Amino acid sequence: MRRLLPYPVIWACLLLLWVLLNESLSPGSLLLGALVALFACWGLALLRPPASRLRQPAVAMRLLGMVLADIFRSNIAVARIILSPQQHGRRAGFVSISLELRDPNGLAVLACILTAAPGTAWVDFDSAEGTLLLHILDLVDKESWIGIVKNRYERPLMEIFQ
Amino acid sequence: MTPLEQLPIWAALPAALLVVVGAAMALIGSVGLLRLRSFYERVHAPTLATSMGMACVLLASMIVFSVLQTRLVLHELLIAFFMIVTTPVTLMLLARAALYRDRTEESDQVPLLSTPSGSPEAEMAAPDGAEAVEER
Repeated sequence: MRRLLPYPVIWACLLLLWVLLNESLSPGSLLLGALVALFACWGLALLRPPASRLRQPAVAMRLLGMVLADIFRSNIAVARIILSPQQHGRRAGFVSISLELRDPNGLAVLACILTAAPGTAWVDFDSAEGTLLLHILDLVDKESWIGIVKNRYERPLMEIFQ
Repeated sequence: MTPLEQLPIWAALPAALLVVVGAAMALIGSVGLLRLRSFYERVHAPTLATSMGMACVLLASMIVFSVLQTRLVLHELLIAFFMIVTTPVTLMLLARAALYRDRTEESDQVPLLSTPSGSPEAEMAAPDGAEAVEER
């Protein structure tokens, strides 16, 4: 089973992608989609991607909801910063955070979260030491930003991926 | 007669509102490109268009086409997914290029490397370390 279908979750996601793109649930398109997804999974297996197991879907859903709310809030905050008349009172700067998350897929999700939220930008990551360099548009308090990244995002990601 | 005229008012109003809000967020993001001062600050501005701007316009599109075709139209979710997954690639490319340039120029605006040597060669050595960690 493992040999025939190496990545069941990715296979299901690819099939879902196929169904969404075709907008049809007819048996013919489902069968073709299942076959295409199967070949894609075999191709992916040849690339030997770093494997990680998805655990705790409940934590993942809670993280998704939290991230959506955070993105909404930071959109409003950044729009206000851009439109505010004086640009000189605000301080932008770099924050260096040492992460414990080592799973490459978890780090990729963290990068997507931090990039999708306006106001934080992933600048550099030293994978040997696990230090992440972030640029933050409105840097009031370094410690609070470190706490936000570590507690709000890194901890659930570690629960999910490690 | 355009197909949009068949759209009932209860769907047209939220869709129009969402399109206006999404376009406004994209506009504010573009204004930010003009107004913010340094490169690293300007990198934040277009994110407004790729997060909330995109989400509002796609939601409006889902509402309009679901109502017009009287079935659930969901493939806009794919656009959102692929935008969120691909934006970090370009952003990191730009930010790391800028960081590399500023460190080579020894600008005092960027933090120094954490490695003791602090030379550009140490920066170049980082990707090898990344591969070693991922192969483990």
